[in-house]
Amino acid sequence: MNNQPVYTDNDPQSELVTLNLGPTHPATHGVFQNVLQLDGERIVSGVSTIGYIHRAFEKIAEHRPFYQITPLTDRLNYCSSPINNMGWHMTVEKLLNIKMPKRVDYLRIIIMELARISDHIICNTIIAQDTGATTTFLYLFQFREHIYEIYEEVCGARLTTNIGRIGGFERDFNDIAFAKINKFLKEFPVALKEFESLLNRNRIFIDRTAGVACVSVEDALSYSWTGPLLRAAGVDYDVRVSEPYSSYEDFEFEVPVGTSGDIYDRYLVRNEEMWQSVSLIEQAMEKIKHEPAGVFHADVPDFYLPAKEEVYNNMEALIYHFKIVMGEIDAPKAEVYHAVEGGNGELGFYLINDGGRTPYRLHFRRPSFINYSMYAHMSEGMLLSDAIINMSSMNIIAGELDA
Amino acid sequence: MAELTNNDVIQLLSEKFSHKISGVNEPYGLLTIETTKDVIIEVLAFLKDNSGTGFSFLTDITAVHYPETNHIAVVYHLHNMARRLRIRVKVFISEHTPTIPTATVLWNGANWMERETYDFFGVKFEGHPDLRRILNMDELNVHPMLKQYPLEDPNRVDKKDEYFGR
Repeated sequence: MNNQPVYTDNDPQSELVTLNLGPTHPATHGVFQNVLQLDGERIVSGVSTIGYIHRAFEKIAEHRPFYQITPLTDRLNYCSSPINNMGWHMTVEKLLNIKMPKRVDYLRIIIMELARISDHIICNTIIAQDTGATTTFLYLFQFREHIYEIYEEVCGARLTTNIGRIGGFERDFNDIAFAKINKFLKEFPVALKEFESLLNRNRIFIDRTAGVACVSVEDALSYSWTGPLLRAAGVDYDVRVSEPYSSYEDFEFEVPVGTSGDIYDRYLVRNEEMWQSVSLIEQAMEKIKHEPAGVFHADVPDFYLPAKEEVYNNMEALIYHFKIVMGEIDAPKAEVYHAVEGGNGELGFYLINDGGRTPYRLHFRRPSFINYSMYAHMSEGMLLSDAIINMSSMNIIAGELDA
Repeated sequence: MAELTNNDVIQLLSEKFSHKISGVNEPYGLLTIETTKDVIIEVLAFLKDNSGTGFSFLTDITAVHYPETNHIAVVYHLHNMARRLRIRVKVFISEHTPTIPTATVLWNGANWMERETYDFFGVKFEGHPDLRRILNMDELNVHPMLKQYPLEDPNRVDKKDEYFGR
């Protein structure tokens, strides 16, 4: 009843058509519905309905110890779970005032930038796919598989990674992981260059994307857009630069910005960010060589799970193990907001701790949710086929939309 | 651009809204203030448009339920991107009459954030153009993030705090 288009024409001879785009439509790449009122192929008005995969993460989080919330964050933006995992670990570490050794920071940057690349691969190849360029999609998409293989080597999982722990990583990156990262660094730039040469100056692609769904800086800021979408509109806001976390301040990288906020600019911004991510990973691999080897967590026995052999052979480790698993850590009563630059923008964690075993309140600032609020409004007057690629270029991930 | 500090913001705010600003605090460096719901839009507008503060970006709106004091806190996070400063504004409202003026008059992005807050906490944002549920189904007759609604069967005993020495 509520999900009707804003503009309804009760004239029986009306030429307007109501179209249900979604909830399960192959072109929406996720479970969300738009009820559109169409005049021919042009959208007159639309209403977005979301919540089809709402899983009440904020409520669940109020009943889980901190370390059990990491798997929930996996399922927000499941295309770049490691960024969510690290964001959550860093939020708790900020609450607990834990400082990470540099090597851990750099390892985290490697894994976060790999996640960013995999997120941007998905978005950009799908823009190409939706404009009809299937080759590019298949060609670059295999590198997401290579990134997942690196995750697998680091943590054992591929999609919902649960990488790392509060206080560091659960284990050091092994030699195979480093070898795979080096192989990726060698092969990916070649493929990305070819991907760009297939699309960047492609007349059909430019005709479909340039000048479509332009967003002004004022609109983007008013709708609280962040991430590549805001940068494509021309604002150089990047959490990694504005509030460096995990030692991003040690690195040299550029923040690409667009000018018109259209789909082509968003595509270019994401592509350039992939180049910057490759450079960040290379720098981190270089910096790690100068750090003491084998350090993969901070020395905080109160909060970091002890090794299993310690637990079986050492009373103190057993006590810590029990306390941490039961959530009996002494976290200060405080509230903390920590933001990381996710694949889609500022991913924020607002955590209120009252000294109990679980957070008193945890709120996720989910960039997809906030970015998507403009979608129905910006679709008005747009062609249906343009609205589809507009949705692809916003990279709306259903898990992050609904939480 | 000269650096903007929390103290500058506190000073500007107390000059303008002297008695309406309370609970000034800086947990982990993030300036936090409390105000009342009759001036919240004025405070937000001042923070947004005054060149001295310039918190023109709305990062987030959410709420927290405190059943012991019968309060719901509506929490706004604002951001001054150019000068890299954030501020958190809290308004405590009664859980029995959870109403507050809408911030959609200042930011379009507030629309869905307030819908989400309404959906989960039942906070009625007066003047909101389209205040209806967003993530939960329309037929749900509770606001599930309020603390009185348990996550799972309240008769379970294996998770009671008393068994763990609390």
